[in-house]
Amino acid sequence: MSNSKLPTSPHLQIYRLPLTALLSITHRITGVILAFGCLLLVWILATLAEGEAAYQALVPHLDSWYGQIFLLGFVFSLYLHFCNGVRHLFWDVGYGFELETVDLTAKLAIALAIILTIATWVVAGAG
Amino acid sequence: MAEFTLPANSVVKQGKLYKATDGATNIKRFVIYRYDPDSGDNPCTDTYEVDMDSCGPMVLDALLKIKDEMDATLSLRRSCREGICGSCSMNIDGTNTLACTQSISTIKGDVKVYPLPHQPVVKDLVSDLTNFYAQYASVEPWMKTDSATPPDRERLQSREDREKLDGLYECILCACCSTSCPSYWWNSDRYLGPAALLNAYRWIVDSRDEAAGERLDELEDPFKLYRCHTIMNCTKVCPKSLNPARAIAETRKLLVQRKM
Repeated sequence: MSNSKLPTSPHLQIYRLPLTALLSITHRITGVILAFGCLLLVWILATLAEGEAAYQALVPHLDSWYGQIFLLGFVFSLYLHFCNGVRHLFWDVGYGFELETVDLTAKLAIALAIILTIATWVVAGAG
Repeated sequence: MAEFTLPANSVVKQGKLYKATDGATNIKRFVIYRYDPDSGDNPCTDTYEVDMDSCGPMVLDALLKIKDEMDATLSLRRSCREGICGSCSMNIDGTNTLACTQSISTIKGDVKVYPLPHQPVVKDLVSDLTNFYAQYASVEPWMKTDSATPPDRERLQSREDREKLDGLYECILCACCSTSCPSYWWNSDRYLGPAALLNAYRWIVDSRDEAAGERLDELEDPFKLYRCHTIMNCTKVCPKSLNPARAIAETRKLLVQRKM
């Protein structure tokens, strides 16, 4: 930063982020969603502790379109954050840095998160 | 801290169009970032129509053709034109690479050429890499020893120890990796970036160097080393196919191992 009067060259505006970078920022975003999702979980548990009336009052919200979107987003975030977190664990011990491997595990993490989300939705819907 | 938008003096405007000469049939358009420090104007992108029938295969060939035949004011760094000096590093088609080894034919549509991302721009495609070089110097990239040099010969190294330097010593300091890294964009004042860290590791694992502990002490810092989030842009763009992300992970492993 020898001369702050000089313009800064474009970065996010022009950079074509590869899948690995997109998954990296998604990992952060899903982490934030999970933090809010945990608040919702506590809320659900709190209504359960309060009694049936309180819980029954909440159920229509969970069944509504916005409730369903949030729950679906929460479940998907949980699985994507989990699967990608496993990649980070492997990286932390020094494995999986080859370019082919990082691309493969990125796609695997996304695919697995989608499959697990659908599976959870089906099981929850059937239950 | 992270600033996701460009400051007011850096917002890129629309520039001029330089038409190809009459009769050119095989035209490729190059959209090139321009900044003239003497004008006081914001940077802009000029568009050049290049006749590919009389142009070499690489982006650098086209840039030099533009400079020679269409617009002599275009500024860029270049030297070896064969991927060994690292001078012509820039952002081409949305990714950092060397203009001399990037073929034009593999790029679909207009060829967009910008300076290395998130750096101060001196002029056009020339960015100010003072901070980048200072960070490289800060890892003290030379051999440090306490023991006396053998009087009759060099410091020897086994073949196995020498092999540990493969994939590290080849770095040409083009800055493609560091300036591709979002962590480096937001924290280049405190995060050393992939290039400096790869070079730090190159000396840490050199069997002849006797300052590994000291070097690790220097890196054990929440920002210098630990701002790497394994985004992998560095390894994706390295024109020498090196793997700075792995070097960073190996450095962290050494920091953990010496505590056990």
